[in-house]
Amino acid sequence: MIRACTVDELPPGESVRLPGSPAIAVFHTEAGELYAIDDTCTHQDASLADGWLEGCFVECPLHAALFDLRTGVPSCLPAKDPVRTYPVVVDEGVIYVEGTAREDAA
Amino acid sequence: MKRVAVVGASLAGVRAAQELRAQGYDGGIVLIGEERHLPYDRPPLSKAFLAGAASQASLELLDAGDLASLALDFRLGVRATALEPAARRVLLSDGGSVHADGVVIATGGRARTLPGFEGAHTLRTLDDALALRAALVPGVRVVIVGAGFIGAEVASTCRSLGLDVTVLEALDAPLAPALGPRLAAVCARLHADHGTDLRCGVRVEGLSEAGVRLADGSLVPADVVVTGVGMTPATEWLAGSGLKVGNGVHVDAGLVTELPQVVAVGDVAHYHVDGVGRRHEHWTNASEQAPVAVANLLAGRTERTYTPSGYVWSDQYSGTIQLAGHPRPDDTLSFVDGDPSSSSFVAVWQRDGATVGVFALNNAKLFNRLRRPLRRPVGV
Repeated sequence: MIRACTVDELPPGESVRLPGSPAIAVFHTEAGELYAIDDTCTHQDASLADGWLEGCFVECPLHAALFDLRTGVPSCLPAKDPVRTYPVVVDEGVIYVEGTAREDAA
Repeated sequence: MKRVAVVGASLAGVRAAQELRAQGYDGGIVLIGEERHLPYDRPPLSKAFLAGAASQASLELLDAGDLASLALDFRLGVRATALEPAARRVLLSDGGSVHADGVVIATGGRARTLPGFEGAHTLRTLDDALALRAALVPGVRVVIVGAGFIGAEVASTCRSLGLDVTVLEALDAPLAPALGPRLAAVCARLHADHGTDLRCGVRVEGLSEAGVRLADGSLVPADVVVTGVGMTPATEWLAGSGLKVGNGVHVDAGLVTELPQVVAVGDVAHYHVDGVGRRHEHWTNASEQAPVAVANLLAGRTERTYTPSGYVWSDQYSGTIQLAGHPRPDDTLSFVDGDPSSSSFVAVWQRDGATVGVFALNNAKLFNRLRRPLRRPVGV
């Protein structure tokens, strides 16, 4: 389990990058859901935590590939491969990411 | 509509084919491509692919699943030579023809060449990139004519390979007409910071055995010469079709030609808004035009119009440059984060108090926040 931050530190609409190998991006959607995915876009080296969050999709800040935070699957070019998704748990106001990637990413 | 011919198998053509399916068209799609390769993505050709860091397979725009679901009838390695609207036919360079009820023109263009530079490299196609890559062996001196995006990216890649690079630019600063003097100076600085010899205000005359001859009589020694001086839209095959051409295929604001069953997308599309014609030679434009053009093609008339985002990016050296909007030289430029000497900054152009353009160097997050309002058409 990787400690991300407290819930208070990640308001809806915000994201945080957790450095590491691989780096993970955690998103708090406007609807209040928390998602964690690989931070690096599968198309080209860019941090998805810097991307634009819209609903449960994040748009890559460089080339606007759109990833579904629920599945990691890109919905448009130029990305073709999914990013991995990670389970997120909240315990006593702290957000944790389960560090082992889900294999059933699709 | 039973059959659509998409002429041009690069990004714009592929996106059009994808949009046809996405918008419910279930007839035949013939995808005609002059190159023998399956559709591929071009941006890496001047960067990772040229450096040898990305494989040919990684460029492919369509994977096996896409190919199966799109059910495209490929005609690769042949060029469209004529469009006969009355006969609803596209003629091909191999003597064959394709009968189609609808046509998407996505023929892009060819790299412009300079007189006196026969034999110099250009970079537009995969084969161009393979040829240039093979020439970039250790120790060669590279001279690039043109400091636009392609020239700058090739210079950057060559420097990453440890090669000596000189860039010759006719303007006083790279991209000055598009960016203005302050941001053009930033682009010049990226070259200088990374050991590229950028020479601006230079007039080139031609190629010789020893290098590039300049108008002042001097010689810039070179083993490999690359010209990056823009492109020419590929419209010659439309002669006699009745379509209006001239710096591209002329289309209305919905990318439809005078014929409702013929639309154009990508670099070749010269579209008109309020009587003003524009053409964009960028990845995002090719991608974003496809849904509009296809919707109008399927509707049989112009129902949707295209609003360009003006989004362009370029990766040069350690920098990612991002530009959105359509700034004019008389717009006011201001720096909202950092300044032109920083390694990361964001600047905006304003006109009558409204932001009309955003430029960033290595600051994608703020760039995207600021460019968001630009995406909505004026007045909506």
